[in-house]
Formats: sequence, structure tokens, C-alpha cells
Amino acid sequence: MQDWKGHKTAFAAIAAAPMAWLIGFFIIPLAMVWLYSFGRNIGLTEIDISGTFANYARALEPLYLEIFGKSVAVAALTTLICLIIGFPIALAITFAPEKWRPWMLLAIMLPFWTNLLIRTYALITVLRTNGYVNMSLGWFWEQASGLKVLVGLAPLPTWEPLPLLYNNFAVVLGLVYVHLPFMVLPLYAALDRLDKSLIEASLDLGAGHFRTITQIVAPLAGAGIISGVIITFVPALGAYLTPDLMGGPDSQMIANVIERQFKRANDWPFGAALSFLLMYATFMLIALQALRTRKAEARR
Amino acid sequence: MDRRISLQEFRANRRSILKTMGAAAIGISFAGALAGCGEKEAAKGSGTGEEPKLNFYNWDTYIGETTLGDFKDTSGIDVNMSLFATNDELFAKLRAGNQGYDVIVPSNDFVERMVKADMLMPLDHAQIPNMKNVDPSFIDVAYDPGRKFSMPYTWLVLGIGYRKSKVKAKPDSWKVIFDSPEYKGRIALLSEAGDMFRLYGKYLGKSVNSLTADDIQKIQAMMIRQKPNVKAFHEDNGQDLLMSGEVDLVLEYNGDIAQVMSEDDDLDFVVPKEGSQLNSDNLCIPKGAKHPKNAHAFINYLLDAEVGKKITETILYPTPNAAAKALMPDSYKNNPVIFPPADRLSKCEYAAYNEKLQPLYEEAFTRVRAA
Repeated sequence: MQDWKGHKTAFAAIAAAPMAWLIGFFIIPLAMVWLYSFGRNIGLTEIDISGTFANYARALEPLYLEIFGKSVAVAALTTLICLIIGFPIALAITFAPEKWRPWMLLAIMLPFWTNLLIRTYALITVLRTNGYVNMSLGWFWEQASGLKVLVGLAPLPTWEPLPLLYNNFAVVLGLVYVHLPFMVLPLYAALDRLDKSLIEASLDLGAGHFRTITQIVAPLAGAGIISGVIITFVPALGAYLTPDLMGGPDSQMIANVIERQFKRANDWPFGAALSFLLMYATFMLIALQALRTRKAEARR
Repeated sequence: MDRRISLQEFRANRRSILKTMGAAAIGISFAGALAGCGEKEAAKGSGTGEEPKLNFYNWDTYIGETTLGDFKDTSGIDVNMSLFATNDELFAKLRAGNQGYDVIVPSNDFVERMVKADMLMPLDHAQIPNMKNVDPSFIDVAYDPGRKFSMPYTWLVLGIGYRKSKVKAKPDSWKVIFDSPEYKGRIALLSEAGDMFRLYGKYLGKSVNSLTADDIQKIQAMMIRQKPNVKAFHEDNGQDLLMSGEVDLVLEYNGDIAQVMSEDDDLDFVVPKEGSQLNSDNLCIPKGAKHPKNAHAFINYLLDAEVGKKITETILYPTPNAAAKALMPDSYKNNPVIFPPADRLSKCEYAAYNEKLQPLYEEAFTRVRAA
């Protein structure tokens, strides 16, 4: 491969368009929001960028830090569950017969192509008090109760629908449902590249299946796992639609608070400060991860 | 539960699904605006001396089925309607300057806010003779005295929607949903911080516009106490929660409950005895509108009795248009949900926009939800 340093003009020609895009539509708007975070509202539509840190000071009050903490916990739990569910799925796709694989991938992708809001509402109809889950469980409950009566036992107490919606459980479930493809796809990409003879060797040399997975597959798929974790965790941390629609009275996440600042509270400077704190936290996580990987590689 | 009800969930009325569909709605309105710019029709006479075009920025499902076509037939003006889902969206769009809208439909507090921010054009009443159709009680309102900037389009009142078979007695007081464990886990309240604090204020016997920082503290504590009894803070889709049996009592607008009541006999609505908060959506012309004369003609047209009747038949909201109301059937005129009793309405107030209190409401509500 040729070094780009030897062909600066060609490189510049190719890079100009994406750089212009990046600067015009990402860096400049973001920089403006960043400047807002050092400003304050004067009047209803004007923001005076006075260089104040008051917004950040307010964002670091315990109230908002707790919400940050809760959001991180919810996103981390979501990521963990996605990993636990996603890893076997990715494994299954990798080892499925060649002709099935595109279909299995399609099955993972298909919900992903549907609008998030539609999917969320669909999930709501499934989970609510009179939803399909509760109706099915209620039916089985009644059948079981009938069966007990039939064999001369006392019937079961009346079926109480499970509270599946409007609580933190629903938020995590909704987030897992939405973010699972983000986890499965990079895992599959990593597992697919795996040298399968290593697995055979491990099995031949007497390791069990579980041990092969934990000691051969997982470490080799490490890069895929890490990228899966990051691209699941980051959007889950910024989720606001799911907690809004499926959450209960206390299921607010930091993105809901940010949204309210930009909309109802009309306090863009404070909203900007909260957004940037969220972004800094995300960057720090990614940087920490990058550092760890580099150290691990250096040790090797 | 039958299929009819599950389909109900997806019926997008103006205050429910689309509200949360911010992104989609922006897409629609953006496409609409583009379409409006792209069309290069030969200018026909529109009777106003302007090119026969008008850009109307409205809520979803908030106009009669044939209104825009009929207007074109009578005036020759082509109306290009785009949709917004929340007042915040409308405000955010116009905050950086008008991109070509001629008529917009902000709610009362946003009329006030936009007047303060110098974003609205004063109306020329001489060009709106149909103003005479408007119920006099809607002319001299606190948020726009003398109707200098706005014409009323619809009005609403907040109250308690409930399932008759699931409550012991008519929930005639805010206490039932704000300050009592009686219906634990079967209550859904609004997620609008300002509305919530003002209604709690009503419950405490105060005016919605006289709350102080101390009141907010006190109400915050009351809300935290009530929170375990509340199932959800809904995004103005309370009628769906009520209809699907998710909750049995819900804080909602009368228009929204009236819509679902036509499909479920077991539902009812009451404006609590302490009084409540009124809302009104208004027709306004934003500063920088390119077709102000067409805009006046259009507003005048919408305030016509027959036209107002057709719109009301579709959207079923309370209308401030007395002439249009007179043409409506008794089932609408005498509907106690759409038009609550006068003695209750007399205790209701419009909320003034208060830029000092709004951030306090939001922060206190964030505390409530985090508690």
C-alpha cells in the first residue's frame, strides 16, 4: 500500500468532500451548542455567551449526577443483557449452514429497519395490562385453575396481570429489544472471521464446549465484543423515547432531562451543558477502553 | 380486548402519537415546506393581490376534511399545510426566523410568548369580518387582550377522564388523583411540568398564575408523596391509556376524552370542583410571512360559520366560534364533556407564560421523577 504522505494532492482531493461535510454539518453546529453551554438566556430567543460555568455547576448538582448515574446503570444493564443474549445468537449464526445465514441475519436486521417509534408502540401493545403476554398467561392460568378443579383441588386465585409496562423493567426490556442488533452484528462479524480450526484443535485436545467458548472463542472475538459493547452502550445511554413511552413515574434518563431543557424549559444553555457532560463521559469511556486495549497489546 | 381497541392505539390524533413522533413530524413538515418552495405555478389572481399561495403550519388532524380544497375553490389560493406536533417544535422552528409560514396555530401561552419575543404580526381586524362569529368571551382574553395578534381556533380544558365501572364515586376533586392512595397504581398524570404544578395549585385553592417558589416547594413534596400511587406520567396520550384499561383515572383534555368516549360508553370526564386550567389554540400570522393578505383571508375563512362547523365535525374539539356551534347538532352542543357546566368553567383560568417560573417547574418536576 502506498503512503498517503507521498500523494498529498490526491489525498486532499479525496478527503476534501467528507472533511467539508464533517466540518459544516458536525463540528460547526456542535461547536455552537458547546458555546451555548457557556451562555445564559436573555429574553426568550437570545442567548448571551458570557463564558459562565454556571450551567456546568448546576449540571453537577447531586440531582443531575444521580440521574446520570441511573442512566449509566440502565445502559450498562442493557448492554450486559444484550451481550448475554447476543453472543449465543451470533455464535448460532456463525455455525449455521451457509444457506441459512443470510436469512438469520435478515431476521436480526428486519426489526432494525422499522421505525423505532413503531417498534416501541408494538411492544407496548404486547406488554400492557390487556396485552398479548398478559392475555396468554391469564389463559394458561385459567386452564391450570380449571385442571385443578377437575382433579378435585381448590382453584387458583384470580389471575392478576403482571405489571410489565410503565416501570424500570419495561425500560430495560425496551432498550434490550431495540439495541440487540447493535450487539449481534459486530459479534457476528468478529466470530465469522475466527479461524475455526482453532476451535477444532481445542475440542480435539480435550477442552469441553464451554471451556472452548470461554478460553478460545471469547478472547479471539474480544475486539468484536468491545465494539459491540460500545455501540450498544452509547446509544442506550442517550435513549429518551423508550423511557418516555415505556417508563414509569421514576424512569427518567438523562436524555429526557436534556430534551426538556431544549423544549419545555426553553433553557438551551443548561441543556447544552448537560449534553456535553454526557458526551465527555462517553468519550472518556471510549478513551479508557482504547487505553486498555493498547496496554493489552503492548503486553502481548 | 378486541382488535378495534388495539387499532385504536395507532390512531394518530393531534395530541397523542404524533406528539412523540417529533422526528417523523419534522420530516413531514420539512418535505411540505420544500414542496411549497418548489412549486412554480403560474400566478392566478387570488383577490388579495398576492400570488395565490399560503403556507399553513398546523397540528395533525386539526382541520376539516375538505376545508383546504374548499378554500381554494372560493379564493383561488393554494394552501400548503405542514404539521407540527408540539408548541415547542413550532417555537423552535420560528425562533431562528420565519422560513415561509403564513399562518400558525400556537396555544395560548405560546401566543403570549411569541408576542413577547416579537415573533407575531398584528392582525388587521378589518380584513377579518368573521371575527363577529367568535364567542365574545374569547375576544378579551388575558393572553391577547382585544385579539391583537391571534384568533381563537379551539379551546380545551384539563380534567379527569375515568372509567365509570372502576371508580366508587365520581372523581369530583383533584384530591382523588393528586393527594390520595385510593386508586393506587391506576392513575396516569401529565408529564408537562408547568400544567402539573399549576393544577396542584388549583387543588390548593390558588390561581394558576399566582404560584410562588414556596408553593413549588410544597407542591413538589406533595407530588413525591403521591408518586407511588401513580402508574405513569403520560405524554398527552392519556385517552389511550384509559381506553386500553391500563389505568382507570387520567389527567387529560376534555377533547381527547370526548373522542374516546364515542367508542367506549364506560368512560366519562369531569372538571373537578376546584376548577382547572384552560387552553386555547389560536390562528396567528408570524412576522416575515410572505402572504399576509392571503393569511388574513384564510383566517377569516376558517372563522366562517359553515366552515367552522365542518372543521368541528371532523376534529370534535370545543369551538369558540359561536356561529359554528349554533349549526352543530345537539349531541355536540349539549355534550357536558365538550362543554362542561358553566359553574365549573367559571373557576378555570388560562395559564400565563412565566419565563421565571418555567425553569423552576421543570427542575422541581425532575426532582419529583428522580425521587
